[in-house]
Amino acid sequence: MSFPWAQAYEPKAPLMKWLDQRLPLPRLVWNSVGGGYEVPRNLNYMWNFAVLAGFALMLQIVTGIVLAMHYAPAGDLAFESVEHIMRDVNQGWLLRYAHANGASFFFIVTYLHIFRGLYYGSYKAPRELVWMLGLVIFLLMMATAFMGYVLPWGQMSFWGAKVITSLFGAIPLVGEPIQAWLLGGFAPDQPALNRFFSLHYLLPFVIAGVVILHIWALHIPGSNNPTGVDIKSPQDTVPFHPYYTAKDGFGLGVFLILFCATLFFAPNYLGHADNYIPANPLSTPAHIVPEWYFWPFYAILRAFTVDFILPAKLWGVVAMFASILLLFFLPWLDTSPVRSGSYRPRFRQFFWILILDVLILGWVGGLPAEEPYVMISQIATMYYFAHFLIILPLLSKLERTLPLPNSIAESVLHGEKRESVPYGVQAKPAE
Amino acid sequence: MVRLLGALVGLGFLLVLAISLVTGITGFFREPPTETIEHKFHQDPKHVSFSFDGPFGKFDRQQLQRGFQVYKEVCAACHGLNLVAFRNLADLGYEEAEIKAIANQWAIEVPDINPETGEPTMRKAIAADRFPNPYANEVAARAANNNAMPPDLSLITKARHHGPAYVYSLLTGYQNPPANLPKEARPGQGLYYNPYFPNLNLAMPPPIAADGQVTYADGTNPTRDQMAKDVSAFLTWTAEPFLENRHRTGIAVLLFLLVATVLAYLSYRQIWASRKH
Repeated sequence: MSFPWAQAYEPKAPLMKWLDQRLPLPRLVWNSVGGGYEVPRNLNYMWNFAVLAGFALMLQIVTGIVLAMHYAPAGDLAFESVEHIMRDVNQGWLLRYAHANGASFFFIVTYLHIFRGLYYGSYKAPRELVWMLGLVIFLLMMATAFMGYVLPWGQMSFWGAKVITSLFGAIPLVGEPIQAWLLGGFAPDQPALNRFFSLHYLLPFVIAGVVILHIWALHIPGSNNPTGVDIKSPQDTVPFHPYYTAKDGFGLGVFLILFCATLFFAPNYLGHADNYIPANPLSTPAHIVPEWYFWPFYAILRAFTVDFILPAKLWGVVAMFASILLLFFLPWLDTSPVRSGSYRPRFRQFFWILILDVLILGWVGGLPAEEPYVMISQIATMYYFAHFLIILPLLSKLERTLPLPNSIAESVLHGEKRESVPYGVQAKPAE
Repeated sequence: MVRLLGALVGLGFLLVLAISLVTGITGFFREPPTETIEHKFHQDPKHVSFSFDGPFGKFDRQQLQRGFQVYKEVCAACHGLNLVAFRNLADLGYEEAEIKAIANQWAIEVPDINPETGEPTMRKAIAADRFPNPYANEVAARAANNNAMPPDLSLITKARHHGPAYVYSLLTGYQNPPANLPKEARPGQGLYYNPYFPNLNLAMPPPIAADGQVTYADGTNPTRDQMAKDVSAFLTWTAEPFLENRHRTGIAVLLFLLVATVLAYLSYRQIWASRKH
């Protein structure tokens, strides 16, 4: 679906005409990311991150497929085969560092994409399914990243796998059989490594499939925008190509500069030194920590320290999963009819507290479970749940929102909202 | 309904967290956490600069050769280098004949199979071999070292925080335990005090004990500091042999990306010039 004023695809070259009549693939591309997709004209730079996440996924798949040609998923060979890639495979160091840092950058852009959705109310009707499919992608990403980190079979790989799979062991009665079934044994070993490799190769393609659904569902109502106001007239939109392809091209350049600066000059900064020690089931690292992108969730897991009816560990596991699953209910928890945080002054304050809260959770999640960090994580976890489950539902009832512009075009042409003017573009007075 | 259930779930989590927090706070004030001995006496690695630091950093070939000499004459007695082959020494500037000679004269031989009888045997190393392990297996290594396991050094500078600075600090950091060190943290039999080691006491005897322990082929004055620095540089090369390649590629890639991004920005501005947004 698109807006009535969207340009229809008209093949010019004879080959394209021939192809369009038989397999309308060029038409599909045109309508999805070409001149046929009408997009609000006022998108700011926060709307760049979807394309960047898609780029990161492709980068991971391409580098990953080549790495898999040289990697051996066997307990006594895995570590050595990764070093073989680093030393003996042509440009192997580049592939592996790109893949390892690519995972981190994939999470960076995805987190920014998610928080953009939170701020501008992109989860609200009619985009609930876009939001929920996005969360499915996020969960799949987490599973893929976790299993990928196990593959080099270093100390953190092994002990991370042990800690994360032991979470399933916290389930009452059936927990330990489930854990043994997942691992194919009582501790991470050959069977676990082999199935993690198999799933690590499979899941990115599942992600790609859900991404298609995510985009499909998005294209029914069209993209949200910084005002959160619906598209009403041709004045409100521009075709995706060339307007947003050009803007995304610039965004991609900035992304690649930051990515390559890390990849070439600090390739191990985001990793953990212990993972250059081969896995040793007899020697436990001093502090077992997951990769940085899991730290907020790791902090929530460890915040529960008291057995209250249920064991503390089970509370932690339930809360950690709940912290993501509750986001599926967000469209019905936040019922304010106003989408954009720009017109919700109270919401905006709580949103920035949430950002700070998640950063604090990330900070304490990477630290050892010692006081006072545990207390900080407990307060931060309390705010996290209170924000989504108590504050947002109340806020949507009580808050007095600001008057919305009549249309996107009006908000742009009167230039009264600074958010809708991208950096570097002068807001001119109305003509 | 969703909001009611959500609020109940939220209040449930808040209740359990509040109980956890109160327990934590009372515990904190009843028994304030005490600083551990390791935390009090452990020191961060010394600041030391190397030629390969920074985006333009390169290895100093002379230094790598000196570091290799220290490894060969000091470290190799106990520590393996099983990810590096003799042929890789070409990166350090050695000629093919020199590499063959180094492999042939290596003190530890390589396990092999006698082609005539099929019996296990030992032979001289060749350039294609990786550095042979000084011990046949972990049990033999521990038996020879008071139950401590000398780690393989191939990746040591990447497997420790602050890599080369850590190795340098450890090698030069042996000292007498401070007078105020509690009894339980004093080095026992066969242990040596070193504040740069995480648990303060190390089973490795000071490997670089005196100036002049190695006679450098290039005539550099072999002070303890110099030897520690050289071998740290050498072990950075063993852990990251493509470091120079990575730096060089990175500079070229970033220059290209800067130009491409400026062009992308200009075309973005031009395309949007007629549209307000």
